[in-house]
Amino acid sequence: MLAPVTHILPLTSIRRLRSLPVPGRVLVRAGQKVNASDVIAQATAPSGHHVLDIRRGLGIPQAAAAERCIVRQVGDKLEKGDVIAESGGLFSRIIRTPMDGEIISISGGQILLRTQTSDLEVRAGFAGTVSDIIKDQGAIIETSGALIQGVWGNGLTDSGMLLLVSNSPDEEINRQQIEVSMRGAIIMGGYCSSADVLRAGADLQLRGMVLSSMASELVPVAASLKYPVLIIEGFGRTPLNDAAYRLLITSEKRDVSISAALNPPAGERPELIIPLPAIGQSAPETDYFAPNQIVRIQGAPYAGKMGTLVQVRPGLFTLPNGLKVPAADIQLDSDTRVTVPLANLEVIE
Amino acid sequence: MTSLVDAESVLAIDIGSLNTRALLFDVVDGQYHLISAAVAPSTAGAPFRDVSEGVHIALTRLQEITGRALTSNEAQIILPSQPDGSGVDRLAITCSAGADLNIVTMGLLTDVSLLSAQRLAGTTYGQVTDSIGLNDRRRVDAQLDALLQARPDIIIIAGGTEKGATRSINKLSELVLMATRVMPKETRPKILYCGNGALAKRVKENLERDTVVVVAPNIRPNIDTEDLSPAETILAKITAKLRTLQVGGLEGLASMSSTPVLPSAFALGRMMRFSSDLSDLSKSTLGIDLGSGAATLAIADLDNLHLNVFRELGMGSGLSSALKQIRLEDIARWVPYDIPDAEIRDYLYQKSLFPAMLPMTRETLALEQAMARQILRQAVQRTLERWPGTDLSFERIFISGATLAQAASPMQTLMMVLDGLQPVGINVMMLDPYGLSQALGAIAGVNSLLPAQIIESGAYANLGTALCPISDARPGAVIMRLKITYEDNTDTRLEVKQGAIVPLPIRNGQIAHLEVETLRGTVLDPCLPRMKRFRIVGGLCGAVVDARGRPLNLLNDPVKRREQLLTWARAMEDRRLA
Repeated sequence: MLAPVTHILPLTSIRRLRSLPVPGRVLVRAGQKVNASDVIAQATAPSGHHVLDIRRGLGIPQAAAAERCIVRQVGDKLEKGDVIAESGGLFSRIIRTPMDGEIISISGGQILLRTQTSDLEVRAGFAGTVSDIIKDQGAIIETSGALIQGVWGNGLTDSGMLLLVSNSPDEEINRQQIEVSMRGAIIMGGYCSSADVLRAGADLQLRGMVLSSMASELVPVAASLKYPVLIIEGFGRTPLNDAAYRLLITSEKRDVSISAALNPPAGERPELIIPLPAIGQSAPETDYFAPNQIVRIQGAPYAGKMGTLVQVRPGLFTLPNGLKVPAADIQLDSDTRVTVPLANLEVIE
Repeated sequence: MTSLVDAESVLAIDIGSLNTRALLFDVVDGQYHLISAAVAPSTAGAPFRDVSEGVHIALTRLQEITGRALTSNEAQIILPSQPDGSGVDRLAITCSAGADLNIVTMGLLTDVSLLSAQRLAGTTYGQVTDSIGLNDRRRVDAQLDALLQARPDIIIIAGGTEKGATRSINKLSELVLMATRVMPKETRPKILYCGNGALAKRVKENLERDTVVVVAPNIRPNIDTEDLSPAETILAKITAKLRTLQVGGLEGLASMSSTPVLPSAFALGRMMRFSSDLSDLSKSTLGIDLGSGAATLAIADLDNLHLNVFRELGMGSGLSSALKQIRLEDIARWVPYDIPDAEIRDYLYQKSLFPAMLPMTRETLALEQAMARQILRQAVQRTLERWPGTDLSFERIFISGATLAQAASPMQTLMMVLDGLQPVGINVMMLDPYGLSQALGAIAGVNSLLPAQIIESGAYANLGTALCPISDARPGAVIMRLKITYEDNTDTRLEVKQGAIVPLPIRNGQIAHLEVETLRGTVLDPCLPRMKRFRIVGGLCGAVVDARGRPLNLLNDPVKRREQLLTWARAMEDRRLA
């Protein structure tokens, strides 16, 4: 059976597409080295319009006749007060533009002005090399390093020095553990159940917060923050898995990047990237369940536990609650073997 | 399109956001039968971004089960069937996978054409991102910016009765024209015009230079009449077309399909209408699909189809939006165990991240089933808001979606539907664990024989008949006396008290004749007020009288409420067999 894959890797090759939502200008070239905060593409998107009804303004009911009175063309950039139409004759009536803007269409005796634009930009997100340019859209950035994929993020990205707040994988982070010395850092905590902790991060201008798990009631608070929050295990108190914990404690004080984007259908997963000066191999994104794979279990009573897949059971297995499901035997430790639905397993690569 | 009438074998594939189902139908002894069904994870999203892999896995399973080769060595579906028995004659595709479509509705009066446009939008997999009508007080510029901000994939323009308003429609058309001209060509929305027919040609000519314009008959031909059906079909086609562009691999499959690709919800609706046409009674038929990304209710009778897709109410990927619509206490009240609210919320949020995750304990199973009940409640309430006056008495209720149709026991399914839907009257429940309705709905458009024979073939499991009387009597008062006569002419009699749920002593497959005497002003079925004697066939749950009242009142005290829920569940599990 097809298996979802989560990457928790000490060294791998990482390639990520960074692209604009609308066509724009790409500012980098292939082979260029970039830092996490470098803007790699920019675009200007229209965000405000104004309609000028020339028919009504000049009192000319026919659209074609009204359009003949327009003294500007599509593409003209106007400043407030510029004349855009006049009726001519002895008692000529004049229409002036009430604001700055650019004419983008003239139709039906109406002028459509673009009055506002908003600037969009996309950043590299992590230190690496531009491997490919996507014309008018963005680029693919590549690096080697450690990669920890999470399950939830608040959509933001940033980078900074990693500092550990937790002393164990199952510790709960509290307000007192967040100190002034952490300003500008990305901190790693355990389980978070308090909105104060998240707000303290904002007060201290943290560059990011990595948590093993979080109370789901904090989702609205986390989503409103201006710094990235990355959850590795999920909601409800779940200790950080050993593989990720080991990677994080050995990476303390390194520069890391958080991309807390969350759009699973588009393949965007929240992740922590730790660029390293070594060459990694790319890891597969898909797999099929097979013996000896390291897997993580979702759902009570084994939520977040990792183990080794022993065998995929033939046919359907009846769970204690009566559901009949495709399942696999998982060795959690030397004494404990459990049978869980395949649907609750992720392969950890 | 090729007719299916002469076809022998049909392969139906339904591509959901979570699962891809493949169903094989063939003729056995001169009748169509469901030969087998297989399911695989859908691969529409990352990392595959192509549905073909999920389809291939489902077909490989189907081949393993049936021993019949359906794909070639190059992994192509073998069409038509070959002399060696491999392949199939026809292929039908339905799809609910893919990102939400953004829909902007435009009309004139809020309670007339705009309401109809909203109902039309509610029949497909989309979200209404803005709505513009006559009463919209925004300046034209603001409407334009809102329209652009809404990033519509589809704009529905309704309004004007036949020979009615024209000027206001022209204004809407001009607004759309301005918007499409501002948008980049590749992101321009498709336009569905379903307003005053007299203006259709002009609107089309005005807009089609910039984008695709499809004209449907007026959905509000006069102020008192609504006719969504033709526009619904066209909207389904537009949705399917957009899906084939959006979902990788779907276009290739579509090119092999004998029927147009249909949105799964539309196919479900068509099947309900078809089933309703086969019925003898003057009641409607209900199809429920509680999926990962959306809940769909399709109510059909001889004249109408009320199709409602609730994209924000799903049991998997749709959970995070469902949790924004539904209060936690409304979910918790259905849980018969003492589980802290925070734990319930955490579990459901986690499930939204891992939509395929299954409950492993009895507590988490109860929790998911509580969520299913409340999603059904919400869907029913919204359906009644959209279509006031809808009767909740159905001739048949077809139940699909994994949480409902693949519960740990048929009793659990029945209780979820009774609690969530709260139907009244005499309702026959049909279980659809394979997603048959969507497949048959896709096929029904070109071959009415196959679905008719499949319905009769027993491919749907009869869950049982639920008698849900309406009574104002006090709890504990006798409201009905029943005489059950079996085929061997033996009989049994029992009384039903208000507030009770009573399983009847009828086994699965057993035929029984019921005589019902209602007491204290009790009405057995408001749609069939004279129905006192009738025949039923026992289902997986036999048959049941649900006299707990409508609406169902759950006790406020949490301890007593949990006991109440467990008592009802025990009453059903301990049912007495004849």
